[in-house]
Amino acid sequence: MERGLRQTWAFMFRGYHLTRRYLSWVVVFNFYALTGAAAVALIGVAAHDHQLTLTLVVGALLWNFLSVLYNEIAMSIAYERWEGTLEYTFMAPVSRLVHLLGISLFALCNSIVNTTVVLGGLMLFTPLSLTGANLPGVLVVILASTLAFVGLGVMAAALPVLSPERGAEGTHIFQGSLLLVSGVYYPVDVLPTWVQPLSALSPATYTLSACRKLVGIGNPATTAERLAAAPLSAVTGELVVLVAMGFVLIPLGLWVFGRVESWAKRTGRLKRTG
Amino acid sequence: MTLPAIQVCNLRKQFHRRRKRRRTDAPEAWALAGVSFEVARGDTYGLLGPNGSGKSTLIRILSTLLVADGGDVRLLGHRLPEEQARVRWLIGRVSVDAAFYKKLSTRENLLYTALLYGLDPASAERKAMHVLEQLGMEQRTFSAPLEEMSRGMQQKISIARALMINPPLLLLDEPTTGLDPKSRRDVQAFLEDLRRREGTTILLTTHDMAEAERLCARIGFLAHGRLVAEGTAEGLRRQASAATLDDAFIGLTEETAAAGDTPTGAPTDR
Ligand SMILES: Nc1ncnc2c1ncn2[C@@H]1O[C@H](COP(=O)(O)OP(=O)(O)O)[C@@H](O)[C@H]1O
Ligand SMILES: [Mg+2]
Repeated sequence: MERGLRQTWAFMFRGYHLTRRYLSWVVVFNFYALTGAAAVALIGVAAHDHQLTLTLVVGALLWNFLSVLYNEIAMSIAYERWEGTLEYTFMAPVSRLVHLLGISLFALCNSIVNTTVVLGGLMLFTPLSLTGANLPGVLVVILASTLAFVGLGVMAAALPVLSPERGAEGTHIFQGSLLLVSGVYYPVDVLPTWVQPLSALSPATYTLSACRKLVGIGNPATTAERLAAAPLSAVTGELVVLVAMGFVLIPLGLWVFGRVESWAKRTGRLKRTG
Repeated sequence: MTLPAIQVCNLRKQFHRRRKRRRTDAPEAWALAGVSFEVARGDTYGLLGPNGSGKSTLIRILSTLLVADGGDVRLLGHRLPEEQARVRWLIGRVSVDAAFYKKLSTRENLLYTALLYGLDPASAERKAMHVLEQLGMEQRTFSAPLEEMSRGMQQKISIARALMINPPLLLLDEPTTGLDPKSRRDVQAFLEDLRRREGTTILLTTHDMAEAERLCARIGFLAHGRLVAEGTAEGLRRQASAATLDDAFIGLTEETAAAGDTPTGAPTDR
């Protein structure tokens, strides 16, 4: 037990100190996320459309949270390949579950920080008021979505084990596709009909749909001063889907990762150069 | 009679290079074409061979990083790959490239490993610092990023990392390659001392004949994935009727070069 905790902490410890050493890059990355989100939200402000502004703000915040979470997990193995430490991590007596749990916890910290920064920026740049929003409800939805995104991230993390270069490319392609099909800034029914079935497969679609209801987007009673938020019971459907996706995707992610790892050990792909 | 620390029997490994344009996988020559040897507990065994002869492949298999195509491996009685979870507690590895987080300091790198093995960070750090001291490194450089260290220093830190878990079995892949003579001597003296004090079993690959002669009770010559000769330094010299171990190495590894060149030839034992 104590050993497991220490091992989980190892990945947090490593992540923290790497963040410290690469702090300027972290600042740049957060700055870029902030300006990107503000630029999008200002489209709604320019259109004098409060509902649109709110949609864009919610989309930007959620996408930041989920994409940082996914990306940090998915790229963790790629970073280790670049550093050349992957073999040492893989020969340590640490179970893959603990390994990926540690990475996921660190990723979660990262996305909380990033989302807080973006939220602060949006407060500065848009006349945003969250009065009336069902914030506890939003937190519940985010928590449920975290499970599913950890599963996706773990699955994607296996790609750089397969191939250092192609793998990292693959994780980004997948992230881009999620952004497109999940309707981050628009309702998914504006997507071409052949894409729409895909959006049903993305957990982010449900996160967004639920959170919009919980801040009162689409509710005619919502005004600039006061949001007419739905109660948590109004998003039970989305929550059930998200939790179910988490329960499928996390074991699936671990299974895929395990398969890829043993394949890599048979073919020699763990080696630093190739 | 006690069990040998390392038992390797008819070990085979072949890599497949994936060709572009979806041609079928092309099998390469056997990286290990049926290697067998044993190392007694507390012994140091030297594995010598030209570049590409399969030394690192063998060490990777023993380190649970690579799964062999055939043959049998037992480390301290535990079979690989079946008992790899058990074996991981028993081995420390030093590779030719010091693999660290280059932006992190020595201390941070070592603490990360300590935590990764679930060790108590304070006592693990003390242990590592003690090893570094014995290797002749000074304390005040340990909070600087590791990338600022010389190769020799990095290699010493790599040894300290491997020893943090007190492994009964140490796998060293060219630990002194690229080190200056002083660092090399520090490392060699340390390994001799370690073997004497702790009874650690050491498997060592090297290109340095003098090092092999100094450290290793037994030496194996590897060429094209085959163990072509094995014995004490003295025995190998006699076998090749050579004056030096260098000459014996060249004589014995070149003799079999032609045989090893047939890529798909069935691997044989030894
Ligand atoms: N991961 C790998 N993928 C493909 N081929 C490999 C891999 N590792 C080693 N090889 C090949 O196996 C042979 C033996 O390599 P290696 O064990 O690194 O030799 P050594 O350490 O003795 O120089 C070489 O031909 C090398 O190209
Ligand atoms: Mg090598």
